[in-house]
Amino acid sequence: MTSDEIFTKVRNTLVDALGVDDDEVTLESRLEADLGAESIDFLDIVFRLEKNFSIKIPRGELFPEDLASADAGLVKDGLVTAEGLATLRTKVPHIDIDTFAKDPKVENIKDMFTVQMLVKFVQRKVA
Amino acid sequence: MRWFWIDRFTELQSGQYAKAIKNVTLAEEHLHDHFPGFPVMPGSLMLEGMAQTGGILLGEKNNFEHIVILAKVPNVIYHGFVVPGDTLTYTAKLMNDSPEGGSVEVTAHVGERLVAEAEIIFSHIDQSGDFKHLDQKNFVFSIGGLLSVMEVGKAGA
Repeated sequence: MTSDEIFTKVRNTLVDALGVDDDEVTLESRLEADLGAESIDFLDIVFRLEKNFSIKIPRGELFPEDLASADAGLVKDGLVTAEGLATLRTKVPHIDIDTFAKDPKVENIKDMFTVQMLVKFVQRKVA
Repeated sequence: MRWFWIDRFTELQSGQYAKAIKNVTLAEEHLHDHFPGFPVMPGSLMLEGMAQTGGILLGEKNNFEHIVILAKVPNVIYHGFVVPGDTLTYTAKLMNDSPEGGSVEVTAHVGERLVAEAEIIFSHIDQSGDFKHLDQKNFVFSIGGLLSVMEVGKAGA
């Protein structure tokens, strides 16, 4: 499957899950800030990606689990620690951690949840 | 008034599908306002009945260990009116089931007539960040609650 084909299917997935128009969905779109996704929508997106691509997405594999409440030393004073960044790089390699690391406030991680991130994730899964 | 919008389960295949019925009667006061002289089962309450059928189907799959709440209705379509004397049959199919929640597709029929269909997503709220401290079992399904309608073929106790 080419990345164009994956993008088209991801876009259709988001049109169904979020009720957005297909021309609103670009690779750069952020799921929350640009496309209006709310927490439950992430579960909906996971279910739809699983169905549309015939893949299985275990919990925490696509969207990282809540870092802050993990109490694992990954977050200090609202910032993701170096250790936390390293963990993210291993656990969610489809997320652009280099950009996030420039201003690693916990709440900023959501801006990394982009359409591009979904496409990358699916590419790795179907490879 | 108890918030029961199904009367009885008629079929349950664990983890796969469930059927429940709801008998619509003029004794339900809201039908006299919805609408005066033209009583129609409100679509919102049909959706609630569909969610109760699907929510129990999902809850049962996990032995009622999670608190199942209706989180999102991506799609619902109404095809026709339901009036006093009708028996609604809700058929829910479990489409997804994960630690965080699940989803169902539900149809509502009166006899052979399709009157509504919906896709419903549930969240296991005890599994989501802010509510992890909840240690109670699902209160909806506790003794005397909605679970009593699950005794397939028997009326709610």
